Amino acid sequence: MQRHFEENLNALKEKIIRMGSLAEEMIQKSVRALMERNPSITQDVFDMEREVNLLHVEVDDRCVKLLALTQPMAVDLRLIAAAMKINTDLERIADQAVNVCQTCYYHLLKETPVPQANIIPRMAEISQSMLKNSLDAFSKKDIELAKKVLLQDEEEDRLKAETLSELIELIKREPDHSKQFVDLILIAKNMERISDHATNIAEDVIFMVLGVDIRHHIEEKRP
Amino acid sequence: MAATSVHQGNPPAALETPKIAVQDLNLWYGSFHALKNVRVDVLPRKITAFIGPSGCGKSTVLRTFNRMNDLIKGVRVTGKVLIDDHNIYEEDTDLIRLRKRVGMVFQRPNPFPISVFENVAYGPRIHGETRRRRLEELVEKSLRATALWDDLKDRLSTPALGLSPEQQQRLCLSRLLAVEPDVLLMDEPCSALDPIATARIEELAVELSKDFTIVIVTHNMQQAARISHVTAFFLLGELLECGETSQIFTNPKNEKTEQYITGRFG
Repeated sequence: MQRHFEENLNALKEKIIRMGSLAEEMIQKSVRALMERNPSITQDVFDMEREVNLLHVEVDDRCVKLLALTQPMAVDLRLIAAAMKINTDLERIADQAVNVCQTCYYHLLKETPVPQANIIPRMAEISQSMLKNSLDAFSKKDIELAKKVLLQDEEEDRLKAETLSELIELIKREPDHSKQFVDLILIAKNMERISDHATNIAEDVIFMVLGVDIRHHIEEKRP
Repeated sequence: MAATSVHQGNPPAALETPKIAVQDLNLWYGSFHALKNVRVDVLPRKITAFIGPSGCGKSTVLRTFNRMNDLIKGVRVTGKVLIDDHNIYEEDTDLIRLRKRVGMVFQRPNPFPISVFENVAYGPRIHGETRRRRLEELVEKSLRATALWDDLKDRLSTPALGLSPEQQQRLCLSRLLAVEPDVLLMDEPCSALDPIATARIEELAVELSKDFTIVIVTHNMQQAARISHVTAFFLLGELLECGETSQIFTNPKNEKTEQYITGRFG
């Protein structure tokens, strides 16, 4: 009985990991599309989203069935609860990559190039690393790695604030390119959202492993 | 998660005075050491579930609460079981009075082969109640408390053994309630019942916990999770972990508890 259940849990984990690596690749491609000004790469990302969407539905379906049919407790229950939440975050990360590609495909790549686009890869690198770390933390139940993601998020937030003020300045200075700068602001926001979702995943991993909910610093605020 | 070797349990509201306090309880069946230094508190008007694999000692602990183990030859007990601060293992304990205060139902409903009315009136009668009017009141009150009254009020003289298993189990509970106990012990009370009857008995237990202290031994972990406030996990005669039921089933502290409730052994 137990082996059968373990197999189901492992299959669930594999699906999550597969979704995660797709999402990671989508972020990477979206930034390449921007930097290489290559609209055909955006098409790859749109195609990949379909697989992510199918997995999104499949993972939730597996979780609901496991809950209903096996009534898991303790560590198993926490794994499934975390899987359902991580699933949502991964799907949204993929959506953010799609949004970047939409901005590129429909606007940015039709405008004159601006050199300031190179601000984005710095943010993307952190977002991507956070996603990778949060998924590694999930598959290895690695608390330290999950905590590292939380620190990376602070870095990403700082970087986003800098990027934003820089781009706002540019809009004032070079109004002819304001369309491009507004698009870059949107893309910076997409990157920041990705890192927020990766942070959620890291928090879910901590809950899954330790049974402690660290979100919003709730534990520290309890009397 | 490190396994602890603490053989004791502190239920959540440790400040509340326990109804039953088990202190360093050891029990031997002949040379077999069945309970080892068990310490556990049972809170008043709460449902405490004892879980653990067969032979872990959970039913044995339950049976110490009304000294049913005394009936088994070769049993030796050390330690204390305090009920309302009185150690029931003191020499002066009045066992008749103890078993009136601490009632018990078993796996198989065991009504007496007499009428419904006489089953419920039996306890008050042997405790000296002879007034017909008073007995009728007690029977009605006890049958109402287990939601049997409406079904059976016109059939009080029919044989109890003709009732359904669920009704028989309810009747056994009514029979306890008639002598006005304050602790109800339930040893696998639903294991002979179908799922619908099980759900109804569980509902009844929750209802009764507003007025009574209930200790239930169960192999059905979902049952413990559904109805109990506090869960205690026993293994090989030791109490390994005791805590709020919601904590035990979502985030147990002891590795063995986790392995048991996730079905990895037992």
